[in-house]
Amino acid sequence: MAEQQLPERQSPLEPEYHPGSHGNFEHGIDVILSETRPGSILQLAAWPGEEKRLIEIIRKVTGLTLPDGAGGGTSSGARAVFGFAPGKFTVVDEAEGLAAAFAGIITPAIGTLTDLSHGRTAIRIAGPKAEWVMAKFFAIDFALPAFPLGAGRSTNHHDIFAQIQRTGADQFDIYVFRSFARSFWKALCHASEEVGYEVQ
Amino acid sequence: MLITCPYCGPRDVIEFTYQGDGNRERPQPPSQDLDAWNAYVYDRLNPAGDHNEIWQHSGGCRAHLRVVRNTITHEILSTAFARGGHKSADNRAEGRS
Ligand SMILES: [Zn+2]
Repeated sequence: MAEQQLPERQSPLEPEYHPGSHGNFEHGIDVILSETRPGSILQLAAWPGEEKRLIEIIRKVTGLTLPDGAGGGTSSGARAVFGFAPGKFTVVDEAEGLAAAFAGIITPAIGTLTDLSHGRTAIRIAGPKAEWVMAKFFAIDFALPAFPLGAGRSTNHHDIFAQIQRTGADQFDIYVFRSFARSFWKALCHASEEVGYEVQ
Repeated sequence: MLITCPYCGPRDVIEFTYQGDGNRERPQPPSQDLDAWNAYVYDRLNPAGDHNEIWQHSGGCRAHLRVVRNTITHEILSTAFARGGHKSADNRAEGRS
């Protein structure tokens, strides 16, 4: 494919994004907050009965094998995938252009592809108190046995819809609407003050 | 109050939106049976007890669910995807809870 001149993407968090240590960090930094800025964030949906075919397409295109079960997911460095609703999956790539790789393969008979790369903001929270801070925001169980590695969850924080993937034992990636991202980010920073946080 | 979404598991009721009485049967769109339309719009069983309801997990996976709730105790007796097509109110659709 010919090289395209892509516009430089600006972060909606920018005015409130302050790298460094904040809050009660004298006794150590217990969470690290960052914006992961993936190039591609896609939503794939299969019509009823076509889920297996879509999962196979995801495997072929991304190399990621979705585990069985509701909310199952996996990640490997640059790419991540998880189920967030029946027959629906979020697929993320560090690089731009993932939508082009799926276009034409997900035929109208199988399902749909929606490119949300510019519509979502990806925020990562990591560290020994990540579960603690997340539990203040969302009424779901963040313990590892209930929310396994790679798995995804759809929930919300005061009407800000959020998709959450566990990408490490003490690490979560949160996808929120871009228009709500700065407000959510500010709230997340406030919630992290008590444990000491670093913005990277 | 917790509702167990068949996809997401148990979630707080705040994540769900009530979509109405699950016993209603909508007439076919071209129907001119006024009694049937009247019943669809107005007639409700309003039971003190188990009630078939339609809910949407609007703050989660957004699936539409068929829920049996006890209107006295608020106990959720069963949940299932509405897509499954279980119609009858009184034959409880199988669910996770
Ligand atoms: Zn759900």
